[in-house]
Amino acid sequence: MYDIKELFEAVSIRHAAELRVEHPEALILAGGSDILIQMREGKLAGKELISIYMLDELRGVALEEDGTIRIGSLTSFSHITQSPVIQQYINVLGEAVDMIGGPQIRNIGTIGGNTCNGVTSADSASTLFAWDAIIELTGSEGKRLVPIKEFYLKAGVVDIRPSELQTGILIRKESHEGYQGHYIKYAMRNAMDIATSGCSVNVKLSGDKRVIEDVRIAYGVQGPTPLRAVRAESIGRNQEISEALLRRISEAVLEDIRPRDSWRASKALRQHIAVEMAYRGLSEAIKLSCPEFAEQQKGGAI
Amino acid sequence: MSVGQSVPRVDALDKVIGRAKYTDDLCEKNAYIAKILHSTIANGIVKSIDVSEAMKIPGVVKVVTCFDVPKYYFPTAGHPWSTDPVHQDVADRLLLTDRIRYYGDEIAAVIAETEIAAKQALEVIKVEYEEYPFILDVQEAMKPEAPQLHEAYPGNILAHSSVRKGNYEEAIKEPGLIKFEDWYETPTVQHCHIENHICYASKEGNRITVVSSTQIPHIIRRIVGQALGIPWGDVRIIKPYIGGGFGNKQDSLYEPLCAYLTTQVGGRTVKLDATREETFVSNRVRHAIRSHIISWVRPDGSFVARKLECFSNQGAYASHGHGIVAKGMNSFPQLYPCDNIECDSYTVFTNRPVAGAMRGYGIPQAMFAVESHTEDIACRLGIDPVEYRRKHVMPVGYVDAFSKNENYYDSFNQCLDKGKKYMDFDRKFKEYQNQTGPVRKGVGCAVFWYNTAVWPISLESSSCRMVLNQDGSIQLQLAETEIGQGADTVFAQMAGEVLGIPYERVHVISTQDTDVAPFGTSAYGSRQTYVAGFSIKQTAMLMKERILKYAYELTRMPAFELDIVEGQIVRKGDGRVMISLSDLATEALYSLEHSEHITSESTYQVKSNAYSFGCCFAEVEVDIPLCKVKLLDIINVHDAGKLINPALAEAQVHGGMSMGIGYAMAEQLLFDPKTGKTLNDNLLDYKLSTFMDHPHLEAQFVENYEPTSAFGTKALGEPPVCPVAPAIRNAVLHATGVAINDIPMTPHVLFERFKEEGLI
Repeated sequence: MYDIKELFEAVSIRHAAELRVEHPEALILAGGSDILIQMREGKLAGKELISIYMLDELRGVALEEDGTIRIGSLTSFSHITQSPVIQQYINVLGEAVDMIGGPQIRNIGTIGGNTCNGVTSADSASTLFAWDAIIELTGSEGKRLVPIKEFYLKAGVVDIRPSELQTGILIRKESHEGYQGHYIKYAMRNAMDIATSGCSVNVKLSGDKRVIEDVRIAYGVQGPTPLRAVRAESIGRNQEISEALLRRISEAVLEDIRPRDSWRASKALRQHIAVEMAYRGLSEAIKLSCPEFAEQQKGGAI
Repeated sequence: MSVGQSVPRVDALDKVIGRAKYTDDLCEKNAYIAKILHSTIANGIVKSIDVSEAMKIPGVVKVVTCFDVPKYYFPTAGHPWSTDPVHQDVADRLLLTDRIRYYGDEIAAVIAETEIAAKQALEVIKVEYEEYPFILDVQEAMKPEAPQLHEAYPGNILAHSSVRKGNYEEAIKEPGLIKFEDWYETPTVQHCHIENHICYASKEGNRITVVSSTQIPHIIRRIVGQALGIPWGDVRIIKPYIGGGFGNKQDSLYEPLCAYLTTQVGGRTVKLDATREETFVSNRVRHAIRSHIISWVRPDGSFVARKLECFSNQGAYASHGHGIVAKGMNSFPQLYPCDNIECDSYTVFTNRPVAGAMRGYGIPQAMFAVESHTEDIACRLGIDPVEYRRKHVMPVGYVDAFSKNENYYDSFNQCLDKGKKYMDFDRKFKEYQNQTGPVRKGVGCAVFWYNTAVWPISLESSSCRMVLNQDGSIQLQLAETEIGQGADTVFAQMAGEVLGIPYERVHVISTQDTDVAPFGTSAYGSRQTYVAGFSIKQTAMLMKERILKYAYELTRMPAFELDIVEGQIVRKGDGRVMISLSDLATEALYSLEHSEHITSESTYQVKSNAYSFGCCFAEVEVDIPLCKVKLLDIINVHDAGKLINPALAEAQVHGGMSMGIGYAMAEQLLFDPKTGKTLNDNLLDYKLSTFMDHPHLEAQFVENYEPTSAFGTKALGEPPVCPVAPAIRNAVLHATGVAINDIPMTPHVLFERFKEEGLI
């Protein structure tokens, strides 16, 4: 039994926007796998809800004409993992969201809910940070596009205005073309867990696969919101691949991250893991572009 | 016949398709809902409670506070009652308390028409406390200046017991001895049965009925009577199917309170359905035990003198109390016999959640300490750890003076042989030495000591009733409960075996209703198959005698010349079928000549106990930079005597291994040092393992027929959890060279230890 004050069912995006204006206190309900838990715990007890779950136009993954990958905000995690577009262009996102919860959660939980929740541990969020995703918001005043880094304002707070809904997540062609990515979820269990920390790494190699043309390293739970290791990335950009370089980049993430001590994990453990995850994430992402790298690394040739 | 066969569970279909009824399925839908108000301080008193705002909430019927309830102090432990006051459990609980002893103590209860109204009421009850300092750690609690929890137990010591043998001080003077000394620490964990505790109560006439998710209906009847100060016969307890218990439900949880609440609303049904959070904090937990072992050994590894000190964290109330650590301590001189022994164990109150019974009852804690210590000795002396155990473990023919248990067979060696072979231990042990690199493998093993049932510490008896139906099938009733382990199935198998009928023709009445079921003490102590076996066999033999006597009237063949085989009455000499049991049964009930309701009922008091031994082998891969242990393979080998149902036995072992894996690697309740509050009272933050965290679980058996047992069987319910944690710990030791003496071996612990040892 949930203590829900009132539930409004939106029948269109426009209707949802209207409901938002009419009921400014109401929360948007997608799959419910976060909101209902908090309602049961009492944190959100007695709240009004606007369900957008019936809005099928917000579901699905598409490759648009300009090469942008568009993910509808209500697309479930299991749908994303199984999407051919995701598998072909940004497979790591499908892998990352496949580490969320268990099968039931992945069937009901949505990527829009995961990002609007605003938590640093969301498994989709660090990977979306790594891909420079753009958040599409639709409201009574039309559409608004916000880079994901700006969408996250602070812990638990995202940039959604009173009449808006998050309607899509976009990944531009220039963000994904030529990149390979790897996500590492560091948790205490292999399922049904929230990341102690997560690290998503993208790399784009030169034509001869000897130089890192671009590298993007994003973390969850290394600060109040997901974040990018921008200083570490700058060390790697346009550098020739070497074991020493990967170690240098990895060590540098300590300058970028801002983990804290909590009873769930110490700051020292989170820092230690961050460095190791960056190293392994870089190695794996490079291997996806350059399978020979695995042999070189093993044989100590680099 | 079916004993020894892996026949399907009698309740399998109903449970799989959802037809089996559990407590919540049975409760009337308009029952009142009760919710408990828990304290938000860890130690102190309630000065006042203001319920006025709560009473204004629509749907709230009544709020009962700690100032309203009767002051009958009662014990909660699910032990057989002792008629000797000296051996009775400690009566230190009230239905609701104004003297708070842990963060989450129960101070008031709301009765409402709906769950939401009840929860809203909890939010607005105002409590005024007087707060006292609190203590969470046993050693702190034993200090003279520590806050005192119970007036009757100065120094917070619930009990201290000891074992003395030989002369330790003299023995250690022998020249050339090597001293091994270490401390070992096990965590507070919870049972995590899937069905939280739930009960509902109603009153008709002078009698209160409580339907409850419990392991021990007859014991609960007694405790409800004691708690409410009413005759025990005025209480009726009904136990339907339950979703696991593991010892948590071998304790009185909310039955007494629920029974009291119905009396406060005119006997209307009141349901009390604990949340997971309440299950973690306000039910029972496993005792965290800190053990200190000193061993003096000769260079060949033989034990000359040993000392053990154990400090058991009881939490706020006595519950099962000292029995847990005492059981662990008493295993110490038996597992590796030694001539000079000094053991002391202390059970100490702290302001933590209450520790009670949990699968293994002190032995998982003891085995972690003892088998880690054993490994360290073998390792430092350069002796193969399996060979070391073979040489020093309890020998064949050993008899324990107190229990009179005898080690009849070479079970340890037989189990170790099987475990070694499966694990390919010798090859891997050698291969994994001197590894370098970030990811390293290791293998480890541990043995364990266990016994069966609770004799001679407590009563062991079982009562059984059988009724012959019109068609020759049998109703079987016992007080021993089905709690998910498959008890009903093996009971049907054993009854069918003795009666000479297929087990499917034995209808086990799974529900215990204390008004109807025979008396007994039910599910704990790995006792049921062993103890119920006696009463089933005796009652079935009695039943058979009565059937054959009636058969004489129909066949004119002497009863002692007849037998029942596959449901047919046959003449022993030539095997001729004289009449089917089905026809006999119909005749017996409907005969105009001689109509008789053929039944039998008997009690068997069991005055024996049996050792149940085995081992675990584990293989791990340790990712040193990531501070993570991956369990690659694991096997438990048990000698539980003759297996009644091998498939169920295997399932029992799988469950215990899973519990052991969580104990070794992940599970631990954490407490806020500033407030005493339990931090991770939910299944997200409490890291119960999932099957994604387990490799294949291998279970193997050695089946030495137990001579003291009605069917050759002995304990298997609890033993599988006992050797797992030390086996995994020892595998990690051989992979990394790092001895970890605190479980669980989480990344947090490994990170600190690997840093200390310079691995990262």
